[in-house]
Amino acid sequence: MKLLASFQDRVSSGVKDIGGASMLTFETFRMLFKRPYELAPLSKQLYYVGVKALPVVLITGAVVGLVSAVQSFYQLKAMSAQGLMGGFVSLMVIKELAPMLTAFVTAARVGTGITAELGTMKVTEQIDALRAMATSPVKYLVVPRLLACAIMLPVLVIFADVAGVIGGLLMSVSLGMQKVFFITQAEKFLLPGDIFAGLIKGLVFGIIIAMVGCHRGLSTSGGAEGVGRSTASSAVDSFILIILADFFLNYVIYAVLEIA
Amino acid sequence: MIRIEDLHKKFEGLEVLRGVNLEIEAGETMVIMGRSGCGKSVLLKLIIGLQKPDNGKIWIDGKDIIGLTEKQMDQVRKRFGMVFQSAALFDSLTVGGNVAFSVSRHTNMSREQIAKLVAEKLELVGLAGTENVMPVDLSGGMKKRVSLARAISMSPEIILYDEPTTGLDPVTAKEIDRLIAGLNEQLKVTSVVVTHDMGSAFSIATRMAMMHEGRIVAVGTPDEFRRSMEPIVRQFLGYVASDPERRK
Repeated sequence: MKLLASFQDRVSSGVKDIGGASMLTFETFRMLFKRPYELAPLSKQLYYVGVKALPVVLITGAVVGLVSAVQSFYQLKAMSAQGLMGGFVSLMVIKELAPMLTAFVTAARVGTGITAELGTMKVTEQIDALRAMATSPVKYLVVPRLLACAIMLPVLVIFADVAGVIGGLLMSVSLGMQKVFFITQAEKFLLPGDIFAGLIKGLVFGIIIAMVGCHRGLSTSGGAEGVGRSTASSAVDSFILIILADFFLNYVIYAVLEIA
Repeated sequence: MIRIEDLHKKFEGLEVLRGVNLEIEAGETMVIMGRSGCGKSVLLKLIIGLQKPDNGKIWIDGKDIIGLTEKQMDQVRKRFGMVFQSAALFDSLTVGGNVAFSVSRHTNMSREQIAKLVAEKLELVGLAGTENVMPVDLSGGMKKRVSLARAISMSPEIILYDEPTTGLDPVTAKEIDRLIAGLNEQLKVTSVVVTHDMGSAFSIATRMAMMHEGRIVAVGTPDEFRRSMEPIVRQFLGYVASDPERRK
């Protein structure tokens, strides 16, 4: 009976979370184009999400490229197909690894930061203070964060793509492959739709990271401990939703729309 | 005038307000006292619409605010200023940014006018020249003063104070009391102060209300309270050491 009650509690809290997050997302999109435009908070968030996250995204992208090149070299060598490495590595990085890992890095760095910041504001009554001053927390806090993540994630994905391909190229050259051959192969295999698909993924992942971070932050309760709990939940929720969204996006982009 | 009628509020099955009735006249300083957890802060949050009651009515100058949408409620909130228990200053903004927050969003004042107004309000609370200081660098008493300056920035008709002296040393608490009394006198606002600090309550109140177990059990002037025979009031004021509930 205790187990059943605990299961019921978890289900009801899960349903409540989904409902709360959906309502917040609806309210945020409703507020998106309403005046006044929060330009100062938006520029601050663009800087925080984009510029500050760039070094870690570049490092991640480059390492992904290096690892992909090493892995694919030995796999392809077994089939005497090392010549395909340029196309293989570029496709793997641009279509899947760069968007996904950029999203993970941003969720860990930015998403949890959003949750911790809004959660602290919630438990220190700053959110109540905003409302008491006739200011919508959704308009003032959530909209700039959503826009910043939705704009900057695709930009970060492009940087990760470039870093990944350069990393793959450098590793391929160090493994004895010619630079020109790698580039020719990459050009041959890559289609504009592949890069576009990566950007779409970046946009969707950005929306997920912002909305999960804001929802978890604004629903925080229970002081410092509550902020810690919300931050951990924010990371876990974002990772799960990014993986699920990646599956659906791959299906829609490649199987249904056949973009690339 | 604020009129509260039969207000009920529950949190996860726990009934915090059990039928609060209270009238607050324009221009008076009503101090609401009661033990911790008796629902005083919840009552303030209901008055300014930060929470919705389960039952009951709140009228502000004859207008029922309970059924209002968030947008309509924002218009009502512009008539209020609120000083929160934790001061609730925005960490990411300077002292000046905090005080200017409402004015820059809800008025068409120029930057120069806003800067002048911020300087005036900070001077009024004894913190002239602190515009560029970050809240994290302020002491508890200074934070409360900035919170007060922020609350009066829009020249509100009603100011709500949630435990304005809690956590402050006696000297700073006395200074905050003097500040509240001075502002009420100067600005002619209606003030609702929630506190369990007796010294503070008697030094600023024009009328007082005692809350107990989610209800208002006594209302009167400070003198009437001092003479009150109501056991809960007497116990709270320290005349009776034991719990009046147990004495019954």
